[in-house]
Amino acid sequence: MKVGLFIPCYVNQLYPQVAIATLELLEKLNVDVYYPSTQTCCGQPLGNSGYEDDSKGACQLFVENFKEYDYIVGPSGSCIYHVKKHFDILEQTPDVIRVRNNAYELCEFITKILRKTNLGAKFPHKVGLHKSCHGLRGLHLGSCSERMDAHFSTEENLLNAVEGLELMSLNRKDECCGFGGTFSVFEEAISVKMGRDRVQDHLDSDVEVITGADHSCLMHLEGLINRENKPLKVMHIAEILNKSI
Amino acid sequence: MTHADKAAEFNKNEAKVNWHDKALWYVREKRDKSAHGVIGWEHIRDVASGIKANVLSNLDNYLIEFEKNALNNGIKVHWASDAKEHNEIVSKILADNNAKKVVKSKSMLTEECHLNPHLEAQDIEVVDTDLGEFIVQIAKETPSHIVLPAIHKTKEEVDDLFQEHIGTKPSEGNPEYLTNEARKHLRNKFLNADAAITGVNFAIAETGGIVVCTNEGNADMGSHLAKVHIASMGIEKIIPKEEHLGIFLRLLARSATGQPITTYSSLFNKPAEGKEMHIVIVDNGRTEQLSREDFRASLHCIRCGACMNTCPIYRRSGGHSYDATIPGPIGSILSPGKDLTKHSSLPFASTLCGSCSNVCPVKINIHEQLYKWRQVIVKDVKQPIVKKSILKVAGGVLANRKLYNFSGRMARFMLKYAPRFIVYSKLNAWGKARDLPEVKGQNFDQWYKVKRKNNG
Repeated sequence: MKVGLFIPCYVNQLYPQVAIATLELLEKLNVDVYYPSTQTCCGQPLGNSGYEDDSKGACQLFVENFKEYDYIVGPSGSCIYHVKKHFDILEQTPDVIRVRNNAYELCEFITKILRKTNLGAKFPHKVGLHKSCHGLRGLHLGSCSERMDAHFSTEENLLNAVEGLELMSLNRKDECCGFGGTFSVFEEAISVKMGRDRVQDHLDSDVEVITGADHSCLMHLEGLINRENKPLKVMHIAEILNKSI
Repeated sequence: MTHADKAAEFNKNEAKVNWHDKALWYVREKRDKSAHGVIGWEHIRDVASGIKANVLSNLDNYLIEFEKNALNNGIKVHWASDAKEHNEIVSKILADNNAKKVVKSKSMLTEECHLNPHLEAQDIEVVDTDLGEFIVQIAKETPSHIVLPAIHKTKEEVDDLFQEHIGTKPSEGNPEYLTNEARKHLRNKFLNADAAITGVNFAIAETGGIVVCTNEGNADMGSHLAKVHIASMGIEKIIPKEEHLGIFLRLLARSATGQPITTYSSLFNKPAEGKEMHIVIVDNGRTEQLSREDFRASLHCIRCGACMNTCPIYRRSGGHSYDATIPGPIGSILSPGKDLTKHSSLPFASTLCGSCSNVCPVKINIHEQLYKWRQVIVKDVKQPIVKKSILKVAGGVLANRKLYNFSGRMARFMLKYAPRFIVYSKLNAWGKARDLPEVKGQNFDQWYKVKRKNNG
């Protein structure tokens, strides 16, 4: 099984530790991982802003970079969702279809394809899980509070298997953090208010570390936490799962 | 003003935002609890969505069937292609009956047509009899929510309004006292009304009858007492058969307020002895929306308001920030179809979180339509030059690895070395309330080049 590692543009530039944790985690799980060096971005920032047509070059480059892999795995539900959902703007060649079908968010890849839940990680802290909307409602990584389905959560399953980790229960289990890509700057007031309310929910629930499978949400929350000096740490789920594995 | 401007204004009073958010979240949670009690909820949504899709695909035939049966029942049927025609038809019916006093129960369609100012200009007294609508009417405002029109008002604000307009005593916002006083005031209006105007929740093609759902019984009070009953409906309100009410009534009230059913679900099939009943069937842009393949499913809407209650943006920006008859997520996909330029900021008033589509009882893919409207808007409506240029350039950068490398280096360099007052200037909306990420020594590409060589 050849896996192409997809590292979203902002993770590559700003959060290399998340990319490293993702890579190390996959390597420790004996996955044959490759990192196509000419990758850039999935094109989501453009599509979500209405400039989908201008993102075709980025999307096509994504397909070129990843078409030869059995699976494409990335530490971001949102970007993977964009590939699966919105690459319909490209001509649906066999390569495009393959890439869309084989793109996986990291947690889903570990549980669904590798069929592993207990990764032997240890993290003795109180953790709050932020479920990113695109991962949850887009990729169906878990059940959503609006729907009357049986409860399940891919990330919760992985975190519950981490030694010493205490998963805290939140008041609003899957409310959006307010990042929303360019929404975060064009609707600054609401974006900030939504983020603040999420941070407060974690504080009210005695959380020490906020985690999630999408670092864009976490970047937004971390920006608020740092500005307001809140006693919370932010870590991507890959970083937790990679602890003393 | 754009949605963002109005939302920022609303957010100046954080305590009120918190209150508004909590009040609507409470309704959302009631909805969850009540829907959990229904076995097969998700299946019922599928069925409802299927019925609506069928209706929209055969709308012409169903409307003709409905008209035929309504006429047979002795109801007078009128067709209005737009708001102006609707208002003129209503005026004419009122004039023919020499009606000067009108009571109205809740109807978003008459709000959409701006019927009240039209009638008031002809010296007709129109009283909104739904308590929430009555509050916004005397406050000279518009509803901020389609089910809870006065949700933006605190009980203290209502107290002040009632003192001024219906002469109540100060009560520190005592809801029981204020409701009772409103009831007394409205009872007089009901008893003296010449005509009653209602909306329509469902129009049944098979029977030619209509269904009006209220919690206050005000549609019934009005229409039973007055000599003339005028019901205004959008063309999309049709359902094929009476038995389909079993689907829609179960979904409507649970989605709207978490009640198993509205207190009154009244079926009006024909005028009572010696009275007149009129139905005005209104298009007002609906056929145009129907012709837009990507957006036609927006016409499934049964006006439950669940998407507003669940929307994290709506809860924190208030209904008036949308500056449209129908606010919130559903309004943001309906309004651009009516006036793209005026409402061009609405599809961007969303993080595309998808919660709206999940609560929608008739499964409208609201967040997907928001995404699609965005693609239309940047082409058809003039965009701010800075935003447009940045995104166009980004498209080129992200399609070219060398440019991407260069931009990444520049951005990281700036974040690391530029003075704080430049990075956090007024131009940086991100940095107003949030810190930017701390830049580490190298990016992942650089790390990988040194530590691994598996470049595929």
